[in-house]
Amino acid sequence: MSSPILKLIAQRIALGILLLLAISVLIFAGTQILPGDVAQAILGQSATPESLANLREQLGLNDPAYVRYFHWLGGVLTGDLGTAMSSGQDIATSIKGRLWNTLFLAFWAAIVAVPLAIILGLIAVRYRNGWVDKLISGLALASTSFPEFFVGYLLVYFFAVHWQIFPAISTVYDGMPFGERMQAIALPAAALTLVVLAHMMRMTRAAILNVMQSAYVETAELKGLSAFSVIRKHAFPNAIAPIINVVMLNLAYLIVGVVVVEVIFVYPGMGQYLVDHVTKRDVPVVQAVGLIFAAVYISLNIIADIAAIVANPRLRHPK
Amino acid sequence: MSNELDYLSRRVAAGKLNRRDFLGRAAALGVSASFANSLLSGAARAAGPVKGGTLKAGLVGGESTNSLDPALMMTQVPFAFGKCWGEMIVELSPDGKLENRIAEEIGSSDDAKVWTLKIRDGVEFHNGKTVTAEDVAATLERHSDEKSKSGALGYMKGIETIKASGKEVVLTLKEANADLPYLLSDYHLIVQPNGGKDKPDAGISAGPYKVATNEPGVRHGGERFANYWQGDKMGHADQIEVIVINDATARTAALQGGQVNMINRVEPKIVDLIKRVPGVTIRNHAGPGHYVFIMHCNTAPFDNNDLRMALKLAIDREEMLTKVLRGYGSLGNDFPINSSYPLFTDIEQRKYDPDKAKFHYKKSGHDGTVLLRTSDVAFPGAVDASQLFQQSAAKAGIKIELKREPGDGYWNEVWNKQPFCASYWGGRSTQDQMYSTAYLSTADWNDTRFKRPDFDKMVLAARAELDEAKRKQMYHDMAVMVRDEGGLILPMFNQFIDATGAKVDGWVDDPHQELMNGYALAKCWLQA
Repeated sequence: MSSPILKLIAQRIALGILLLLAISVLIFAGTQILPGDVAQAILGQSATPESLANLREQLGLNDPAYVRYFHWLGGVLTGDLGTAMSSGQDIATSIKGRLWNTLFLAFWAAIVAVPLAIILGLIAVRYRNGWVDKLISGLALASTSFPEFFVGYLLVYFFAVHWQIFPAISTVYDGMPFGERMQAIALPAAALTLVVLAHMMRMTRAAILNVMQSAYVETAELKGLSAFSVIRKHAFPNAIAPIINVVMLNLAYLIVGVVVVEVIFVYPGMGQYLVDHVTKRDVPVVQAVGLIFAAVYISLNIIADIAAIVANPRLRHPK
Repeated sequence: MSNELDYLSRRVAAGKLNRRDFLGRAAALGVSASFANSLLSGAARAAGPVKGGTLKAGLVGGESTNSLDPALMMTQVPFAFGKCWGEMIVELSPDGKLENRIAEEIGSSDDAKVWTLKIRDGVEFHNGKTVTAEDVAATLERHSDEKSKSGALGYMKGIETIKASGKEVVLTLKEANADLPYLLSDYHLIVQPNGGKDKPDAGISAGPYKVATNEPGVRHGGERFANYWQGDKMGHADQIEVIVINDATARTAALQGGQVNMINRVEPKIVDLIKRVPGVTIRNHAGPGHYVFIMHCNTAPFDNNDLRMALKLAIDREEMLTKVLRGYGSLGNDFPINSSYPLFTDIEQRKYDPDKAKFHYKKSGHDGTVLLRTSDVAFPGAVDASQLFQQSAAKAGIKIELKREPGDGYWNEVWNKQPFCASYWGGRSTQDQMYSTAYLSTADWNDTRFKRPDFDKMVLAARAELDEAKRKQMYHDMAVMVRDEGGLILPMFNQFIDATGAKVDGWVDDPHQELMNGYALAKCWLQA
């Protein structure tokens, strides 16, 4: 690989890190603006001026904000996310299991959703404007238009209550056999797939159709290649950048946007964890989770950028 | 019942005949299938608890912020799981009496100021140690300490000294309290080795189940404790599991799909639908919980008793009970006590009376609207109930303006802060506890700002009174005072509505809390 491309990639990564730093400042500032401070949140109704003062001293809340920020940032960089106020547990330890669960679910949803969306998109292009195309688009759009909880409840109603094929609740735990775990996540993964499918499918279709207008596709057709070969060999490689972008956006959604699905299926992931702590005003946890979500979003976007660069000859070989 | 049928059903219960054969034989004897089935379940109960299997409950009320420290228990999941692994000093039995647990005997001095607990022999902690008087004393000490942030701290403050000597614990109270044994049945007071002072969230006590898994907000599991001191009465299933399912639809689906054997908090509006599901039994029963609208008696315009009375008369309780609770509750009468409390006396039911309400409203001299804050989290159906209130009050010429507050922060920003809002109370086990928690001038949770020195005196006097008849009269007078002069509008008492799936047996309704006062997992069993 040439050096300009490495330079480009290094630039993206550096930008990503800068962005993450900026976000950490925003998250920290945001939680500082919230009415009341951590000490008040901990003591709640029973707060007396003395106990407030004591606790503020103990938590170091009397230091200026920037000192506290760097203190916090230093902790984060060394893997110390602090302890949760509400339960006194180490945040890093409790997040680890939750994050793993979320990634596990997102991974399997993506494994199903991404190839399915792309293949459906290709089929839709092949039979564009015909009934197959319309059927695929119609169904995919319908499943996306329904709110997630509705899709979730429908799946539960049919697959868990009516036919009793899959469990209605997806509680997973450490040491659960792989088969059982897969069975447990079947319904939430299906719900997520249905939710993200249409976006990726439509984007694939649009991007390829765009390329299909170009002269070289016409040439390929005139050469006598079959419709699928044209799409696979000539159209798809040139349409891949926008597709990767939308795939990455949806992957990010699978990780950071699944709160509703987690609640419906009682899946112990990050979303539920975040919601619990937001309602308790557990600021250290909210900061930590916010930062992790931001990191996921940014890194997936970096990957999308890099993939787009690598896939694009014009970016790969700049003049 | 014919002797033959009786014999057959006992054979099934004993596992010597299968169900299908029984039904076939019963049909041959000319008995309908439903009657034969009911015979079977009767026989199963008569045959006694079945040991073995895993009982699972899907419950609302657990968060990832929960801890096993009994002092910090607040919501339903830690409460119900606590009843599985924890053992109490004394407990309330389903019929409202006291049941001695770790305390074998409880006695008091004549003035109800000095109480002696005799500790039972041979009760063992999960770690193999024997429960001693020192452990009980240390438990009570920890919960009396501000630092423990115990939910029982309010009552524990009334204990002046705690002393363990030999097999006895002696408690000296600051003021006489005839209800002390009831206070000791508070669910926070789980006896722990050395009172949990070493590691409050170790999850070790002397209950029927040992803590096996503890994933707050996800699931909690227990293994039967082989050396439980009354294993014949509790701890029938080999394992128990509590799965946190905060979403009502998911909870119902899990019960229907058979992933859990019991759930709590079935919504009144779907009870009739759930009833039709084969195998599912709805377990609803009255308790002390109530839904309320609370006015601050010391804040304008609610500092005027005529206005308070006008609002109390302008609420249509019957309508609210049918529409919001679908009949799964009972009418309230503007004082927080109902027949689930010992020493309850009936008082004439207050009814919807727009004319009288109009009269009091005019007399109060108030003009313009009254602002009522409400929210989904105040109680299930609170927003609907508030709208019904608005309409019934409008007929009496009282304009209520509704403000819907976000659920997040409702308990910090609105309840106990704003002068008029919707709320709920879970109730307590004695009248003294209820009045002390929310109606004493000094109570933190006096959410109606009912500050009356004469009432405070009555509370303290009733607390020290050992003559039951006199005490009953005192509570009657207090109830009348709260009803006619207080800031509480109590349209209805709600019921606990739990549900169990097929095969769950051993259920006994308990008026104190949902899920058989939390003991459903420990006391029920799965039919073989």
